[in-house]
Amino acid sequence: MAGTTVTRAQLSESVYQEVGLSRNESAELVENVLNEIADTLTRGETVKISSFGSFSVRQKGERTGRNPKTGEEVPIKPRRVLVFRASNVLKSRINGGEDSAFADKGAPPSP
Amino acid sequence: MTKSELILRLAEKNPHLYQRDVERIVSTIFEEISAALARGDRVELRGFGAFSVKTRDARTGRNPRTGETVHVAEKSVPFFKVGKDLRVRLNDEHQQG
Repeated sequence: MAGTTVTRAQLSESVYQEVGLSRNESAELVENVLNEIADTLTRGETVKISSFGSFSVRQKGERTGRNPKTGEEVPIKPRRVLVFRASNVLKSRINGGEDSAFADKGAPPSP
Repeated sequence: MTKSELILRLAEKNPHLYQRDVERIVSTIFEEISAALARGDRVELRGFGAFSVKTRDARTGRNPRTGETVHVAEKSVPFFKVGKDLRVRLNDEHQQG
């Protein structure tokens, strides 16, 4: 398994190499992009990124939950949750390209 | 908000940058995340959330129209888990509900 984790550092590095801003400014812009998305979602607005996916906010009603350890009933208040739906482009890319959506093969090739 | 609206808003807040550059910044970020997921890597953006790939086992499905059984191969699906800060913000800054 691959198992590597990509973080802000790698995203800033790619922006740095791709756009030619300073490293500091690249890091700042990665942060700006994430903040802009987060602010929009906080207002309840959906964010759609073509060929990547969409983020939307869903309102959940109140329900009664249970503490799994004690069995005690606890009310779960109404809340807002974030839902991400990947685009078909991203889904098929994760499964090894455009053609693989219909190919009936085993595990994807390992790098 | 769409990707082009996101680019416009960022361009407004960063008047020292060409819009073309803002476009490349946004595209690079989503391209890097997609490429990482295609490699099977995880992408963790503290406070915002984490993208990962989950495996769905092969199963026997059924064509709902014809009732015919079909083999559905194992596949990978992208998954996003919202980060703590954003989850808290979604609920704290919206108290009129």
